[in-house]
Amino acid sequence: MSPKNISNAAVLDPVPAKPGNRSKLRLEYDSSRTRSPWWTPVLSVILALLLCAVFIAANGMSPVVVYEKMFRGAFGTSYGLTETMVKAIPLLLCGLGIAVAYRISVWNIGAEGQLTVGAMAATAVTIYFPDLPSFWSISLMLVFGTAAGALWGLMTAIPRTHFGVNELITSLMLNYVALLALDYVVFGPWKDPKGFNFPGSPMFTAAQSLPVLGTTRLHIGLIFGLVAVAIYYLMIKFTRWGYELRLIGANPTAARYAGIHIKRHIIVVMLISGGLAGIAGMAEVSGVTHKLMQGISPGYGYTAIIVAWLAKLNPLGLIVTSILFGGLIVGGYSVQTIGLPSSISEMLQGSILFFLIAGDMIHRFRFRRSA
Amino acid sequence: MDFTTQLLIAAISAGTPLLLATLGGILNERAGIIQLGAEGLMLMGAVTTCIIYIRSGSLLLALLAAVAVTALLGLVHSFLTVTLRANQTMSGLAMTLFGSGLSAYLGKSISGLPLPGTSPKLDLGWVKSVPVIGDLFGRLDYLTWFSLLLVLVLHLLIHHTSWGLHLRAVGDSPATADVMGIRVQLIRYSYVTAGAALIGLAGADMVLAYAPTWNEGLTAGRGWIAVGLVIFARWNPLRALFCAYFFGALDSLGFRLQLLGSAIPPYFLKMIPYVVTILVLMYLGYRNRNKPSGTPESLGTPYIREQRF
Repeated sequence: MSPKNISNAAVLDPVPAKPGNRSKLRLEYDSSRTRSPWWTPVLSVILALLLCAVFIAANGMSPVVVYEKMFRGAFGTSYGLTETMVKAIPLLLCGLGIAVAYRISVWNIGAEGQLTVGAMAATAVTIYFPDLPSFWSISLMLVFGTAAGALWGLMTAIPRTHFGVNELITSLMLNYVALLALDYVVFGPWKDPKGFNFPGSPMFTAAQSLPVLGTTRLHIGLIFGLVAVAIYYLMIKFTRWGYELRLIGANPTAARYAGIHIKRHIIVVMLISGGLAGIAGMAEVSGVTHKLMQGISPGYGYTAIIVAWLAKLNPLGLIVTSILFGGLIVGGYSVQTIGLPSSISEMLQGSILFFLIAGDMIHRFRFRRSA
Repeated sequence: MDFTTQLLIAAISAGTPLLLATLGGILNERAGIIQLGAEGLMLMGAVTTCIIYIRSGSLLLALLAAVAVTALLGLVHSFLTVTLRANQTMSGLAMTLFGSGLSAYLGKSISGLPLPGTSPKLDLGWVKSVPVIGDLFGRLDYLTWFSLLLVLVLHLLIHHTSWGLHLRAVGDSPATADVMGIRVQLIRYSYVTAGAALIGLAGADMVLAYAPTWNEGLTAGRGWIAVGLVIFARWNPLRALFCAYFFGALDSLGFRLQLLGSAIPPYFLKMIPYVVTILVLMYLGYRNRNKPSGTPESLGTPYIREQRF
């Protein structure tokens, strides 16, 4: 055997069995690990807090003081706690809607617009039917709010299913359209003539407002949210529809071969998604602000994306994360008293999402000893 | 100047940030990585420019800082999507949320303050005397000229060089490119970072040439319109030029109509770019339903080389 042949054999042999060859640690990717462990969301929140601490410190503040202030503001007092719950209601409803869509990889980021049109439709009821008795007025507002949100969702679903347009762009463009429409009605036809030229609809009457718990601002919308979560849980777990959603989520190609109408599911899911956000909008105007005005949502629709993702689309997790993020919003307001902008909570939300998606993937890598 | 010329000038002015962001998006997506963080990147570019320009007074430093910051964010996006193979949609959304939060936080102290200057203009003396051309091109700023040059350079790069061939190979079929010895990961990293920096420059252009003061959420969805424009332009820089200026014209049309005393409330005029984006995408989707759309074929799917890296 010539030396040339020997070297060829060494190349062909994948593991040269040389004595004394040290085994090496090698990073490998295991795509079968799709379930991320429970600690990734917790770790993401901690890392996001650390990252934002850097920016707070750069602003000349002590991160510990700021975070303590935020925490106390959100959970430390009974007022803060009910405010947190008030903020958690729209997050829970929108987050649930987003979770339903994300189950089959429909990326609805239009909850903000769907919430806005829901609030507008509910207000339309108070404008055009001002003298209904309480039960009818609230019910009609709920129906109108849901229908408007669902319609906004449908306007995202149809381009996706029939024209192949990415729903991310459509739903986001519709957010801007909805917010401009809101501006139009509050500055224009629905402006309160007795409102000192302030943009906003007239105050709702008691019959048009959702009942509240005792003397707090916590309204009955919480029940809507919890009922919706319960229905979602039962539907996903025990119905054929839920089974099909789970199947599409797990493997769309297999689902299509199994004869599942994916287009129909996309439309239904977007109707539900938009409808839930519409309910959130109705609950906001009728339960919290008691009139339609600019800025009824401080970005609930966007925050709800992280709420849904952090909860891993799990219904019980949604309740926990929406309260957490409700606290984040209230905490963001409370740091304004020490001169920090409330956008600190938005910054935290974005970085939580960053670490979360990184964490979901990092645990798929593992070290393996190669011979 | 007549209405049309004015509209064309406004179209170029409003279209330049869209053009830069679209070109950045094209670079990203040609390499096979979706960039939905454009809105956040533009905001970060804009706020960095404002802060550095106001604090230091140096335009060049401000532009360099904007490019550096957004390139860094692009690096984060490529680490998440290329190395970790994270969901590109979610990574982009995170970028947008983080960018809008951080820019609002950082920009609070300089909100509403005027910039020390705008983007300097290139005065072409002899061109100015030509009737319409002179009005259009006589006094464009450097960033606009840069964007026009970039269109040409990127067109040549993507379609007429071997680098461009490698880029397209990576976007269409990373596995094949890998077998051919092209460094897929390296190319994706470079183009995603460069694309993000261009989108950051688009944000800088917004504050320098279009709206010369920082306001929270100043881009108002233009980053997302650029995401749509990448699709209209079918991942082609030359088309991007026309699409961006068309949308620039739409953007300023509402404003012009308002000045002319149109009876339509301004809110509806402002809706035009968003509604047209959806309608055009629907039209393109309908027209191309049986045709390849020009999408880089492996756009959005992470490349996993079998267990060796």
